[in-house]
Amino acid sequence: MQTLEQLIAASPVFAGMAQEHLALIAGCAVNDHFPADAWLFREGEPADRFFLIRKGAVALQVQAPGRGALVIETLHAGEVAGWSWLFEPYRWQFDGRAASPTRVVSFDGSCLRGKCETDHELGYQLMRRFAASLLERLQATRLQLLDVYGHGRAD
Amino acid sequence: MVPAQFAVAERRQETSDTWTLQLRCAGEGLAFAPGQFTMLSAFGAGEVPISISGDPAAGGPLVHTVRAVGLATTAICKAEPGAVLGVRGPFGRPWPVEELEGRDVLVVAGGIGLAPLRPAILALLARRERYGRLSLLYGGRSPEQLLYTEELERWTARGLEVSLTVDGAGPEWIGHVGVVGRLVQRARFQADTASALLCGPEVMMRFTALALQRAGLDGDRVYASMERNMQCGIGHCGHCQLGPTLICRDGPVYRWSELERWLAIREL
Repeated sequence: MQTLEQLIAASPVFAGMAQEHLALIAGCAVNDHFPADAWLFREGEPADRFFLIRKGAVALQVQAPGRGALVIETLHAGEVAGWSWLFEPYRWQFDGRAASPTRVVSFDGSCLRGKCETDHELGYQLMRRFAASLLERLQATRLQLLDVYGHGRAD
Repeated sequence: MVPAQFAVAERRQETSDTWTLQLRCAGEGLAFAPGQFTMLSAFGAGEVPISISGDPAAGGPLVHTVRAVGLATTAICKAEPGAVLGVRGPFGRPWPVEELEGRDVLVVAGGIGLAPLRPAILALLARRERYGRLSLLYGGRSPEQLLYTEELERWTARGLEVSLTVDGAGPEWIGHVGVVGRLVQRARFQADTASALLCGPEVMMRFTALALQRAGLDGDRVYASMERNMQCGIGHCGHCQLGPTLICRDGPVYRWSELERWLAIREL
């Protein structure tokens, strides 16, 4: 059985972090699991956690008037769900639903923010990794916005 | 250059704007290789290049999956059984299916791009034992816009790992939501020997090729099917020129390493 520190170190997001930093991060983490369709977080609620997905999938959803719930992205094993804990006002912007039985490492956001304030090197290393993940997801979202399948070449 | 006459034998609606037609001619059927296309015409409406989407080993009718996006394609999609369409071809350089033997193969399709890849998938599955891991990564606009959904299950049963993703969906959708390039990082393949076949909108192919290159597939092992304004189909008119190549004659299937320098030039 792997320790939390090992689980975190093996994920792409935290790969290559120093052992001392992994220990600090693991100190703010617990294992958790969600049955299918359980909510990990709801739009507007305080964002005090984020999740490293170990198994299963998380659907990011938004409730659109007249259209019901829309899934805008699904996240899978090895990916992180939740950035709202990083920035004020620390409120979730979307709903996060377990799309299937989902196991996660759940991180206490305020615990980790406090450690980053004390240890700026830890903060820098975390921000580098989160920024890379944010960039990848931003670029993918831009492609989704292009609606490339919606416009055929007219003959 | 004179089109042969083919009668519509069967017509099946795939999505809200896409139809699959089975066409028969009076003589022998049309032999073709996976990835080749015909110039298909609805008389009085126009002629368009359409990839063949049937089984290359099956013989029988000529199969085309067509999306109604303009005058000619709308007329073709509306052609009822018994109606006569014009066919020239087959034309073009096919998918290098036999060259891929012994390797893992990733087939990456976007939207209607699965239609030109269907003959390649059928050819790979017909000789399944000759290939390593076979994966289909297929992206579409929504679950309702995905093609061949019943057939995808049969392909899975025959040894194709199928991953589906859409740009948006309701909560009942159990597949992925996001761009098809993001499926690359979750696919299983031997990066230093695997090959990939790409077909879809050009923007989707560019970003998927980047994802494949990040995953370790160099451009020599990535093949893409291109689309341009093809008119004669035999390399005479020049309408489909891309850099020094004519897509109807030298393509539509190219190695990505051949293509990427020309795609980087905005004016082409």
